[in-house]
Amino acid sequence: MVMLAALLGAPLASPETAHLSDGGVLAQWAWLIPVVPLVLMFGIVFFGKRLPAGGWELAEAAMLFVAVYGVALLIMNASEGITYEGSIEIARIGSYVIEWGWVVDGLSIMMYAVVGVVGLAVFTYAKGYMKGDVRFTWFFAAFTMFAGAMLVLVSSANLIQLIVGWELVGLASYLLIGHYWEDHANNAAATKAFLVNKIADVGLFIGVIIIAVTVGSFRFTDILNAVAEGDSALAQVAFWAGLALFIGAMGKSAQFPFHVWLPDAMAGPTPVSSLMHAATMVTAGVYLVGRMFPLYQTAGFAVDVKAIMIVVGALTLFLTGLIALVQDDIKKVLAYSTLSQLGYMTAAMGAGAYTAGLFHLFTHAFFKGLLFLCAGSVIHAVHSNNMSDMGGLRKLMPWTYRTFLVGSLALAGIFPLAGFWSKDEILASISFDSGHDGGTIATVVLVAAIAGAFVTAFYMARAVYLTFFGEYKGHGHPHESPRVMTYPLIGLGVLSAVAGFANVPGVFTGFTEWLAARPVAMGDHHAEAINFGLAGIGLAVALLGVVAGTRLWKRDAATQQARDTFRIPVLYPLLANKYYIDDLYLKGVVGPIKGPIARFTNWTNTYLIDGFVNAFAAVSVFLSRIVYHGLDQRGIDLAFNAVSSATGEAGDALRYTTSGKIQDYAAALFAGAVLLVVGFLIFT
Amino acid sequence: MEFTDWIADARNVVFLVIAVAMIGSAVMVVTSRNVIHAALMLVVALAGAAALFLMLGAEFVAWTVVLVYIGAVIVLFLFGIMITRAPTKTDSVRLDHKRRWPAAIVALGTFATMATVTTMAFEDIPMPDGVSRTGDLGDVLFSRFVIPFEVVSFVLLAALIGGIVLARKDQES
Amino acid sequence: MIVNQFLVLAALLFSIGIYGVLVRRNAVLVLLSIELMLTAVNINLVAFGQYVQDALLSGQVFALFVITVAAAEVGIGLAIVVLIFRNRSSANVDELDLLKW
Repeated sequence: MVMLAALLGAPLASPETAHLSDGGVLAQWAWLIPVVPLVLMFGIVFFGKRLPAGGWELAEAAMLFVAVYGVALLIMNASEGITYEGSIEIARIGSYVIEWGWVVDGLSIMMYAVVGVVGLAVFTYAKGYMKGDVRFTWFFAAFTMFAGAMLVLVSSANLIQLIVGWELVGLASYLLIGHYWEDHANNAAATKAFLVNKIADVGLFIGVIIIAVTVGSFRFTDILNAVAEGDSALAQVAFWAGLALFIGAMGKSAQFPFHVWLPDAMAGPTPVSSLMHAATMVTAGVYLVGRMFPLYQTAGFAVDVKAIMIVVGALTLFLTGLIALVQDDIKKVLAYSTLSQLGYMTAAMGAGAYTAGLFHLFTHAFFKGLLFLCAGSVIHAVHSNNMSDMGGLRKLMPWTYRTFLVGSLALAGIFPLAGFWSKDEILASISFDSGHDGGTIATVVLVAAIAGAFVTAFYMARAVYLTFFGEYKGHGHPHESPRVMTYPLIGLGVLSAVAGFANVPGVFTGFTEWLAARPVAMGDHHAEAINFGLAGIGLAVALLGVVAGTRLWKRDAATQQARDTFRIPVLYPLLANKYYIDDLYLKGVVGPIKGPIARFTNWTNTYLIDGFVNAFAAVSVFLSRIVYHGLDQRGIDLAFNAVSSATGEAGDALRYTTSGKIQDYAAALFAGAVLLVVGFLIFT
Repeated sequence: MEFTDWIADARNVVFLVIAVAMIGSAVMVVTSRNVIHAALMLVVALAGAAALFLMLGAEFVAWTVVLVYIGAVIVLFLFGIMITRAPTKTDSVRLDHKRRWPAAIVALGTFATMATVTTMAFEDIPMPDGVSRTGDLGDVLFSRFVIPFEVVSFVLLAALIGGIVLARKDQES
Repeated sequence: MIVNQFLVLAALLFSIGIYGVLVRRNAVLVLLSIELMLTAVNINLVAFGQYVQDALLSGQVFALFVITVAAAEVGIGLAIVVLIFRNRSSANVDELDLLKW
């Protein structure tokens, strides 16, 4: 351990003293990280169908590039903390500057590495999973676009670029959830995800506007410098801005009550669920809070929002974990598990634990991504999502079983796997907070978090036993997945096992230092040593959950599922219907909008707005009629007609002068000549 | 100059007589109901003009007037009257328009204008005396004015041919 | 003799000729009146020629030309009148109004 630390050159002392460099060439060219996937996405769109692997090569190349670059930056950051920000000015609106920037600091580098490594594993896996799919090339184009958009989000140096990345991942999510759009239910799921996110995005936009108007710039550095300097204008609006931004984060990270879209998003292909809805996209909200952390941490600014954050996180982690207990669809179990873990991350952020929350994000990406890929492997073999069609797959799919087991233990928080360390750190942080700013709320949350650890272990044990133990209840002949799918599982399994050692308090706190490489200090608490007491409680609770699960479900999975329904009469329907929240939204929000509100809007449009416009038109027609008949026909035309008729009548009168008689002409001639001469005489 | 001074000159008396004759005959030309009478009155007027030319010393012109005008043109007129069977006797057919006063006004206006102008310009300026020699006229005519002379001869030729062409009977072929 | 007497006489003859041109209904009589006008012109020309004492005798030369052209014109004019008379068996100028409105 110490040698590993020495190899990476990280000092063992307090993390804040790591000196910051500007990252050199690697950081200057780091703008390629979001750009390469986006460019290759166009490559897939235009050339994908002609390539031998249907465009997958370009996608894999993009993720390989990001993974290598991200890990390289990670190593460099570990030896000397990088803080670099490059930017290109795109436009100016008034005094606001719109830029394209790329940030290379501890937080971004951690995200690059996560997106790159997990993305590489998932893309490799997807080649096997999506084989034979009718929209193979399009899938990888959208998936690569997602990767690019996520990287735009995490590399953004200003709020506008963040919003761009935010919306693009939302678009990618919509496209990919609705990948199997032949079934209308999938379209509905995609629309639900997009709409719930969009509603929460209102908060994001309001927060961005408040901050940008107060600070006068969209750039993170400017905003965080304003916080560090104690800018009073920002301090006055900081609570509302911080709250609004958190609401936006709640949408993307599916916190209660915006969590309803994530379980339905499982309608998408499993690689999508793995990468987007477990490892990366849903973590964007937590990332945003992490990016803006000084706003929430510095006294006088948005500190009170943290209380809301911690409560929301606690509600999410506990309530959704309970729902996972009664799900038959294996992907839904994992989806609710994801919601629960996101609740942990949010609660950690709410407790002022910048490092703990992001560390859990880091480890969760590996083991949850792994769990989804394993689930996909099982679904691919069994051709069904439901655990009631599975069972006994332990011997039929050995590698899938082993990696799923590793992932489940990591998720449950069993020593020494990754989840143990990150979850323990969260518990420690919440406990610290309860002793300081958090007070009683934090104590309650701590209890909920510990209970949640029990529930986590409990439902994961259920999932393992129902899927892999007992007898196979399905009809087909399941077999192990091909290597292109199992190798990524093994890779992620290894990471799930060892990733936790990146941050062992008191022994090796590399992760903390990596994350601390930011231009402004985050000000979060760092534990000096492992809190053995709390770690012990967490581990004990998790083991308790495992044991309870084993007792209930190991022996006979089938009958236990039947007994579940009878055993808890009131609780079971409540959980199975997800606390009736979806029904509440449908009848309370969607119904009124579709019905009365839509009808009212239609009435307003037809009678008020259209009526107003029509009135204008009627007045115009009336006026034009007046002008035409009165002014034009009678006035102007009359003048013209009078002139022409006068000319005609004059002509009529004058024609008698042409009598045809020569003598008359001669008379006129002579008379005229005489008159001319007389005139000449008189006037000269 | 006073009228009595003017009339004292014998030539002016002759002039006056000739002028009165001319004017009288001219009036007859334009008012006579007999066409032949009108033509013959023109003869008198032309003769008077010839006399005036003699008084002005233009002998050749005077005799040319007599020869050409009275001798040829009037004869032509009489032939024309004959062919067009104009009424040679006084008859009830009016030779003039019913409304003669516009013409009278015009004529009167013309005379008034011209007389006023000439009187204003040439009040009492005397006419120089002198008779021009025909030989000089001939010299001038064939030297200085030879081209107009030739052109006029062409005019006469054209008139001759034109007259023949116009007046011959229609060829029925 | 004064110049003016010839000029006034010529003006008088000219005006009488105008009256005749405008009043007479027979075409031949109109031509006759035109001859009267031309004679008046001749008197004017010769009078002016004598007044100016031109070395070139241009007044008299001009008068000669006028006489010649008048003769030619009478010839043609009468030919036309004859033709009209043949066509319409009348030499009445009033009836030659085909170009009227």
